[in-house]
Amino acid sequence: MPVLEDVNGVREWRRRTTGQSLIRWFGWLIGVAVFVVCWQRISDSTTWFFVWDAPRIAEDIWTRATPPRWEYITQLGRPIWDTFNIATLGTIIALFLAVPVAFLAARNTTPSALFVRPVALLIIVATRSINSLIWALLLIAIIGPGVFAGVVAIAIRSIGFCAKLLYEAIEEIDAAQVEAITATGASRWQVMAYGIVPQIMPAFAGIAVFRWDINIRESTVLGLVGAGGIGLQLSASLNVLAWPQVSLILIVILVAVVLGEWVSAKVRGAII
Amino acid sequence: MSHRELDDMLGTKWRKPSFVPNPLLRWVLILGFIAYLIAAFMTIDVNWSRVYDGLDRGGQFIMAFAKPDFVSRAGDIWSGLLESIVMTVAASVVGILISIPIGLGAARNIAPMPIYLICRGIVAISRALQEIIVAILLVAIFGFGPLAGFLTLSFATIGFLSKLLAEDIESMDRVQAEAIRASGARWTQWINYGVQPQVMPRLVGLSMYRIDINFRESAILGLVGAGGIGATLNTAFDRYEYDTAAAILLLIIGIVMALEYLSGIIRARVQ
Repeated sequence: MPVLEDVNGVREWRRRTTGQSLIRWFGWLIGVAVFVVCWQRISDSTTWFFVWDAPRIAEDIWTRATPPRWEYITQLGRPIWDTFNIATLGTIIALFLAVPVAFLAARNTTPSALFVRPVALLIIVATRSINSLIWALLLIAIIGPGVFAGVVAIAIRSIGFCAKLLYEAIEEIDAAQVEAITATGASRWQVMAYGIVPQIMPAFAGIAVFRWDINIRESTVLGLVGAGGIGLQLSASLNVLAWPQVSLILIVILVAVVLGEWVSAKVRGAII
Repeated sequence: MSHRELDDMLGTKWRKPSFVPNPLLRWVLILGFIAYLIAAFMTIDVNWSRVYDGLDRGGQFIMAFAKPDFVSRAGDIWSGLLESIVMTVAASVVGILISIPIGLGAARNIAPMPIYLICRGIVAISRALQEIIVAILLVAIFGFGPLAGFLTLSFATIGFLSKLLAEDIESMDRVQAEAIRASGARWTQWINYGVQPQVMPRLVGLSMYRIDINFRESAILGLVGAGGIGATLNTAFDRYEYDTAAAILLLIIGIVMALEYLSGIIRARVQ
């Protein structure tokens, strides 16, 4: 950190040298320029007339949407049950598939770091980087619309997430315990069952509940593309502009998400 | 372990301790779980013949990954991808800029009570609403196009980043901040020299992570008309042009991997 001396001989403390300041200033200039270019592009493809009209439209939608049509809730029981099933079954299937992938991806348990590990990592990245709505679109094209497509979409999307967290937990285990089990003459599978699994069990349970919470969130909107659950009702109500039903569905989704988060926080608190 | 218990256990076969120690609770959990599974499977009606028919198409789609078609819809793919990137960059910048003051306000140790409550309220609302639902409402209000997507992503960024930033500020080292204050610093100087250096590495890391998330989310906003590559992807699926869809998915995966790699490097440098 430099101390500069001006013409009068007054010493002044600065956080950075002149060169550092210049480089930072230049970096900021480029950043601002990129942002301006991006904003320009967004602005070009926006119909500004609609934007200036937005407050009126928002007010209009608000007056149409309130009060919510409470009696519609009787028709939402089955969709909520479907949504819950999509999230829960999807999480269970994903966990079954994620465990082998995680063991193949962890450095200390993979059979071959050169061939198998990259494949496992590729599965993790590919399933993680594609949103569950896109998986749902794809699965609807393949196996038809319905709850089943939603379950499979959630399952595929969750594999990467669960496997990534799980293999990081496997890499962090205490090697001494594994060595102790190996020293008793245990086979490879026995080492796995008595040396590794007990160590990662709490992490596994935590990951399962955490992902279930996220999946509740995601499964509420899967219906927008036709994959079952409460999103189907949302999309149908939006299409006929039944705003009082839309507001009720949004409230139900909000309650479901908050409940899911609460349950997950409680269970994780009990495990850890 | 007392001697009495040890004597009892000698000679009997060792059994693995259970994950849930209480046997009653364990059996209730197991039976409840099985009952739920049965109920769930009863209510999902799967059209197996439709699934069987679809396997053929699924095979075609997987084969399409071997020969993705980047060329025949290159114009659409390029403009959609560019729009996604533009939305991501603009929304990340605006979202990060707004979430810093809200993050400061949502930290209990530096914000007064009323401001704390307001900022926590904003964070809670932003986190409870999913991007796609926000996007639907904003498209209805602002019309089709990337502006709605940009606003959605900015809004989602605020909830994510402010919450984590506030938690980081709450767990910071008070001593450093107090030392700056004791030197007679103003409030802004206190934040700038006492708080900011402590949370900066994590803020940079989180921002990089959020840019990554924003790009992934921008890929789906097009499904509801909020701009980006999603609309192109949806059209490709609707027309059963699997090779084009495969090309788009490969591009998304590639960009996400590149972003993750880049953010790994940047995070390693700042920490």
